[in-house]
Amino acid sequence: MALTQSDQHDSFEKNTSLPYRDLDIERLQSEIAKALHERDYPREGVFAVRLAVEEALVNAYRHGNRRDDSKIVTFTCRIDSECASFEVGDEGPGFDISSVPDPTDEANLEVPSGRGLLLMREYMSLLEFIEPGNRLRMTYRRVRD
Amino acid sequence: MSSTASQLRISRVGEVTQIEFIESKILDESNIQQIADEMCSVVDEETTPKVMIRFGNVEHLSSAALGALITVNNRVKGKDGTLCLSEIDAQIREVFAITKLDKIFPIFETSDEAMKSFS
Repeated sequence: MALTQSDQHDSFEKNTSLPYRDLDIERLQSEIAKALHERDYPREGVFAVRLAVEEALVNAYRHGNRRDDSKIVTFTCRIDSECASFEVGDEGPGFDISSVPDPTDEANLEVPSGRGLLLMREYMSLLEFIEPGNRLRMTYRRVRD
Repeated sequence: MSSTASQLRISRVGEVTQIEFIESKILDESNIQQIADEMCSVVDEETTPKVMIRFGNVEHLSSAALGALITVNNRVKGKDGTLCLSEIDAQIREVFAITKLDKIFPIFETSDEAMKSFS
């Protein structure tokens, strides 16, 4: 297990490398939400980050690690008053993002899976995959009043 | 008639089965599977299911929860039934819009409006 956390005046940072089942996602999400609230992120920002983080972690476990509980999901976050940045990695071989079907295509609307990527892309300011595709980086930029 | 399952509150109003989420966050994979199973069991008991799912308590959901709803909807359609959603928070309503699932789920502001749609 690896876990580090710091919460300084200007930023909240956290790094974990754990099997998905040991991540305690609800606690992690609460800590992130608290860090966002403390920095006056808007309600929609807190909602967006929670959703995107959830999707990223679930995807890492479900698609990356193929639900193998012995494999590690890595998670890094840094939240300051300007933006909230996250990196999520898995032990899978990666994937070609262009091969993912568009879930909003009429033919795919009634397919139960495949919307996590779309939601991350829509709700975060930036989403990028690092080659070979088993690590993603995403950022939510706080909207100034 | 009213019964409480572990994740859902299920009641019957006339011919309509009303399903309400107890938890405010529909995120955890195992919980979502349980929710899907419970909903499908409800649908399986009906000849022509009329189902309204109330989101009044729901503050967060994930794509896995959307997947569960689609699975249930497919099951309802397979029996020539009707499923609609009601009382969805504006932020969650936006999730349905982004995913274009508002094209396949009739969504109503209130449960009264949803109930009227069945008549």
